[in-house]
Amino acid sequence: MAPLFYIFAALAILAALSVVLQRTPVYSALSLIVVLCSLAVVYLLLGAEFLAVIQVIIYAGAIMVLFVLVIMLLNARQETPTDRSRLARWLGAPLLLVFLGELLFAVWERFPSASTRAAAAPDAGPRAVGALLFRSYVLPFEVTSILILVAVLGAVVLAKKRL
Amino acid sequence: MATGSDMPLLLLAILAKVGVVLLVLLTTVAYAVWLERKVVARIQSRWGPYLVGPHGLLQPVADAVKIFFKEDIVPTEVDRIIYWLAPFLAFSLALLSISVIPFGESLTIGGATIHFQITDLNVGLLFVFAVTSLGVYGVALAGWSSNSKYPLLGGLRSSAQMISYELSLGLGVVGVVMLAGSLSLREIVEHQRGLWNVFVQPVGFLIYFTAAVAETNRVPFDLPEGESELVGGFHTEYSSFKFAMFFMAEYANIVTVSCLATLLFFGGWLGPVFGPSLLRGLLPIFWFCLKVFCFLFLYIWIRGTLPRFRYDQLMAFGWRFLLPLGLLNVLVTSLILAWRSV
Repeated sequence: MAPLFYIFAALAILAALSVVLQRTPVYSALSLIVVLCSLAVVYLLLGAEFLAVIQVIIYAGAIMVLFVLVIMLLNARQETPTDRSRLARWLGAPLLLVFLGELLFAVWERFPSASTRAAAAPDAGPRAVGALLFRSYVLPFEVTSILILVAVLGAVVLAKKRL
Repeated sequence: MATGSDMPLLLLAILAKVGVVLLVLLTTVAYAVWLERKVVARIQSRWGPYLVGPHGLLQPVADAVKIFFKEDIVPTEVDRIIYWLAPFLAFSLALLSISVIPFGESLTIGGATIHFQITDLNVGLLFVFAVTSLGVYGVALAGWSSNSKYPLLGGLRSSAQMISYELSLGLGVVGVVMLAGSLSLREIVEHQRGLWNVFVQPVGFLIYFTAAVAETNRVPFDLPEGESELVGGFHTEYSSFKFAMFFMAEYANIVTVSCLATLLFFGGWLGPVFGPSLLRGLLPIFWFCLKVFCFLFLYIWIRGTLPRFRYDQLMAFGWRFLLPLGLLNVLVTSLILAWRSV
């Protein structure tokens, strides 16, 4: 399984870089889909089939379709770089390095030796996820759904001035 | 898990299985086209293909040869990478979902057990939906990358349509999943040993099948390519082999959807089994194929009978009728299940 993990981990990182570096919005969106699908494969390798499939359905199949649809509707072509923010240009690289360092440190703290293995994989099937979601985490779940409902209502009000 | 010495043999068995399934699927696709031309011709009082081979049976071969040797025209203004990517994406995704479809029970010959399925994923049903939900990219990207008016409109329409009907497609089968208590296609079929799901979940079946016809962009929901208004829709600018890939993807999707309808609502491979042991092993596959064939025929029948929807009718039907009906079906099913378990 290890070689598969490295292949898809590398693919995810390369595609993530491509999301940032591409100038054409559609290419960025497509790269992001590659990132999401590679992550799904990593979940699959960890034995979490349900999570992997849900990742593809929700992110790649629903959310990114909307992204691509909007890009198509706006017919956004290649972006021209603007020279507006000098601050961002000078601060970007150092901040990125700080963030990466922080991330590495966090991972290193948690898993000091390379041989550390994950504990016995918890049951990540639909039944277990459902039980957790509707028993232990029912309040956050419902709050999130209300949040989404509010967002939908807001979008409708914004789009339709007169109801 | 296989031991070390079994590994090459196991790999060979898997490869053989993949090869056989792909071969059968592609042949079915080719002859589904032939069947469609024949049946639609019957409906319209024509003969259909009859020159190449008896009853035109070799027509698919002739078509394949012809389409390979056609000139491949690439318009100058297209976005090259995505223009190439789109048909491959559509075609490979269409082939991918067949990998979790079980065709029958297992057969034991001389100590070796053959499962009639490439892989038995415990979330098989969701896997098919995941692959279907990615399928929209093939169409949308083809429309966008062609850089031309009609394909763009076709691509936009199809994205909107597929997103809208995906919801109903999912909601239609939730009832079946609740009844079986599993997302594994094999277990869902086994659960129907007493009574087929179509009798328990008739509304779910109607929702599923309607949404499936829309999801595969078929008449009466074939707005994305509606030739009377959009020339050829998203694949207007495609020719030769790349066009053939879209064409094959469409029919492969129809086969998958028919397989799924058979598995979820019509008991899959279940049916009367009798005779010697070999016949006992093979009859389930026969029942499965027969049921899938009936669905393919139904698809063609619908195409020959119904006119195309108008675009706003299509959207209104999906969101205002099919989706609420699906939600209601889920609600009623879960209430009955909860009441029974009390």
